[in-house]
Amino acid sequence: MSANLAAYATSSGEAFQFWVLGTVAVAGALATILMKKAMHSALSLAGTMIVLAVFYLANGAYFLGIVQIVVYTGAIMMLFLFIVMLVGVTAADSLKETIKGQRWWAAACGLGFGILLIAGIGQASLTEFAGLGAANAAHGGNVEGLAALIFTKYVFAFEITGALLITAAVGAMVLTHRERTERARTQRELSEQRVREGKHLPPLPAPGVYARHNAVDIAGLLPDGTPSELTVISTLRKRGQVRDVSTEAMADLKALEQRSEERLGRDRDEEEATR
Amino acid sequence: MENLIALLVGAPLLGAAVLLCGGRRLDKSGHWLGTLLAAVSFFIGLALFADMLGKGAEDRAMHQRLFTWISVDGFQADIAFQLDQLSMTFVLLITGVGTLIHVYSIGYMEHDERRRRFFGYLNLFVAAMLLLVLADNFLLLYFGWEGVGLASYLLIGFWQHKPTAATAAKKAFLVNRVGDMGLSIAIMLMFTTFGTFAFGPVFAATDEASEGKLTAIGLMLLLAACGKSAQVPLQSWLGDAMEGPTPVSALIHAATMVTAGVYLIVRSADIFNAAPDAQLVVTVVGAVTLLFGAIVGCAKDDIKKALAGSTMSQIGYMILAAGLGPIGYAFAIMHLVTHGFFKAGLFLGAGSVMHGMNDEVDMRRYGGLRKYMPVTFATFGLGYLAIIGFPGLSGFFSKDKIIEAAFAKGGTEGWILGSVTLLGAAITAYYMTRVMLMTFFGEKRWQPDAEGHAPHPHESPKSMTIPMVLLAFGSVFAGAFFGIGDRFVAWLEPVTNFEHGHPPISAGAITGATVAVMVIGVGIAYLQYGRRPVPVVAPRGSLLTRAARRDLLQDDFNHAVFVTGGTHLTRSLVYVDHTLVDGVVNGTAASVGGLSGRLRKLQNGYARTYAVSMFGGTAVLIAATLLMRAV
Amino acid sequence: MNPVNYLYLAALLFTIGAAGVLIRRNAIVVFMCVELMLNACNLAFVTFSRMHGNLDGQIIAFFTMVVAAAEVVVGLAIIVSVFRARHSASVDDASLMKL
Repeated sequence: MSANLAAYATSSGEAFQFWVLGTVAVAGALATILMKKAMHSALSLAGTMIVLAVFYLANGAYFLGIVQIVVYTGAIMMLFLFIVMLVGVTAADSLKETIKGQRWWAAACGLGFGILLIAGIGQASLTEFAGLGAANAAHGGNVEGLAALIFTKYVFAFEITGALLITAAVGAMVLTHRERTERARTQRELSEQRVREGKHLPPLPAPGVYARHNAVDIAGLLPDGTPSELTVISTLRKRGQVRDVSTEAMADLKALEQRSEERLGRDRDEEEATR
Repeated sequence: MENLIALLVGAPLLGAAVLLCGGRRLDKSGHWLGTLLAAVSFFIGLALFADMLGKGAEDRAMHQRLFTWISVDGFQADIAFQLDQLSMTFVLLITGVGTLIHVYSIGYMEHDERRRRFFGYLNLFVAAMLLLVLADNFLLLYFGWEGVGLASYLLIGFWQHKPTAATAAKKAFLVNRVGDMGLSIAIMLMFTTFGTFAFGPVFAATDEASEGKLTAIGLMLLLAACGKSAQVPLQSWLGDAMEGPTPVSALIHAATMVTAGVYLIVRSADIFNAAPDAQLVVTVVGAVTLLFGAIVGCAKDDIKKALAGSTMSQIGYMILAAGLGPIGYAFAIMHLVTHGFFKAGLFLGAGSVMHGMNDEVDMRRYGGLRKYMPVTFATFGLGYLAIIGFPGLSGFFSKDKIIEAAFAKGGTEGWILGSVTLLGAAITAYYMTRVMLMTFFGEKRWQPDAEGHAPHPHESPKSMTIPMVLLAFGSVFAGAFFGIGDRFVAWLEPVTNFEHGHPPISAGAITGATVAVMVIGVGIAYLQYGRRPVPVVAPRGSLLTRAARRDLLQDDFNHAVFVTGGTHLTRSLVYVDHTLVDGVVNGTAASVGGLSGRLRKLQNGYARTYAVSMFGGTAVLIAATLLMRAV
Repeated sequence: MNPVNYLYLAALLFTIGAAGVLIRRNAIVVFMCVELMLNACNLAFVTFSRMHGNLDGQIIAFFTMVVAAAEVVVGLAIIVSVFRARHSASVDDASLMKL
């Protein structure tokens, strides 16, 4: 593929690929910024990145293309998804603007910036493309060529980025780690405290209703048939993700009673008939 | 001989330094040292005088240049002395009278525990005054001028434990500052006009300067003279200056320092000759002060204040004469010298009387002292005859010449000035006779002092009477010695370029008129104070008398115009400061604060808003880059 | 086709990403938009690499990825701790730096 990279124009196959996948990339980018749910944005972005990976490959950057898929799409985007899950996967953002004039300013700046950038590229009249054939072949391949550069010319920057990564990892730990300032209370102490405060002594009731609805997001029913919030874990309660099946259960019960009534009635009828 | 000039100043200066720095161990001998050094200065002066007489009239001026004082590009001031006939006259007067008063002070200050310091100040005064008259440039003159001001301040307030003395010293200092300001401005004007302030070059260049500038310089010099010589409108300090010890009043505030203004004007004759307007103002100031002082002198019951009014009046004569130009300079100086004798004598006599009367100064409590103090009476009487212009005594010759010169001014001015001087002569005779009669004649009106001691008038010790006798001698004969044959005029001729004035009426007639008005003045005073008993408590008197007792309301005027006016001025300045200046400052601060309060709204805390501005800025940068490439 | 089209695409993606940063409130989405901008830059670098016929552009893109990884780690950690403290991931809620 690398040998085919022409100096001035690409093959028609690459052109086709560009126009089709380029459209996909732009659509993915737009979806990223317009989707209401962060999860959808993340997935759209992942799509765009995969398209970009293909473009890297098409441009002769084989190593980067693979890294883009493995590291970026595979690792970084998955990290994003984790965080989205952690923060709340179902919470949809409102796209209504709250800062006065923000949207207009953003539109004006974005349009002006884009137009200027594209005008700048257009003015540059970039027609000479050397192609990467020679460069990739020099050390026996793209990866070898990159390696030769990284470990010679850019070795210092490479070491520095290594330090940066370690710092970032430590930084992330420091930021998310909460230092315990006092001794953790034992279970005994916690139970004593509960007794002293007179709060709910036995374990919390389990969620789920009968054998049909034993999912964690379904509140258990009290004897009078109303759902009990206590049965659902607080995270789901806070997110408002508790499903209420109480009416369903009552309806089911009613149907059951009716059915049994019918059955009993039929039995009685049969009894009377036999008698 | 020139090298001795510096010693003239140096001897008393050394005395002042030793006495003021020497401490208590000089308490016993300090007065002798001070007197000795003043006498040394006098004898050096005599030696120089003798040397001067041995030369031709035109060669008599001597110069001595000690060292360069200030040297900057285009600006040089030297410590250099010039001793000509005018300076010589002053040197002899200052050192002569000064030495006599040193001697007198030995007796007068005998019981004062700070006598050493007093003599130090006196020596300081003599040194500064000699510096003033010996300087060969205006800057050095200014140095001496301030030096005598300082000495005067220190000596007026010598008895600083008395609030009146402290206040009087402060008053004298402040009023003198006004005059000093005039002198400093005059020196600055000279520098901008002539580029120098040495006497020779300045006087040589007066032809080249415009008359307006010369008039300005002249008026500023006159202001300086008014301050130092207690002339209207800066006269108010002299009366209060009598709070100082009597020898001080005699030396500084009668004979020498107050005549520095006359010296300044006569010394600057070339400037005044070229500025007739300034000259006219000088004569007017002299004439006004002449009457002013005389009227004040008539009303005062304090013997020293009456004499102070007289001093003011007599200096008015001198200033008037100096304002007349070449026809009057020599007479101004002549009257100055004779006045130096008789007024110093009168003051010493007054001091002697006070010495014998438990420091009582109110003449209404004297009376009949001629029997108890014969020497004082005799010397005071001779001084009295001299000042009223009794024929044959000093005042007669010098004052008569001034009156003649005033008439000789010519035209209406001449008549007016002549009449004023004649009137002044009459009033002089009146108030001096009044002083004489109230003090030495009539019945005893002595009162016990505050502590109940009845006065025991007695003649003063020899150290006091001998100077008085010597001064009386001068009062009697100096005028005749100077006046007959125009000896003094001829002596000063190289400095003053004397011209003979031609009065519209004959000199004899003027002399006759002078004697006549003198007799009239004496007669009125005799009728008022000789024939009738003098009341111990002053009668209420007429409006003019009451005004004159209050120094013709000069202090009230100063208070109303300068103190009240100044207070109002500062109040209005404070008001302007509070409203306008503070308003501008606070307004600026408030507007900046308001503007930043509005700008602060941009800082809304939203990261996205900041991102917009960053993004917009990037767009602008790209636009600028593209634009620069396109250009 | 001229490969310069890749640059136009990169510019377009970058602008879209920037606009996203400006209009989205969810910090995670804002972060994604930043990643989009970084990727657009990488595309431009790779294209430049092809244009000049050497591998330096790819090296820069590689470093960009490394730095982006570090940035994501720290940035997401910050978002998590902010979420923990404020129960919100909105960038507008964290607007205390004002008077």
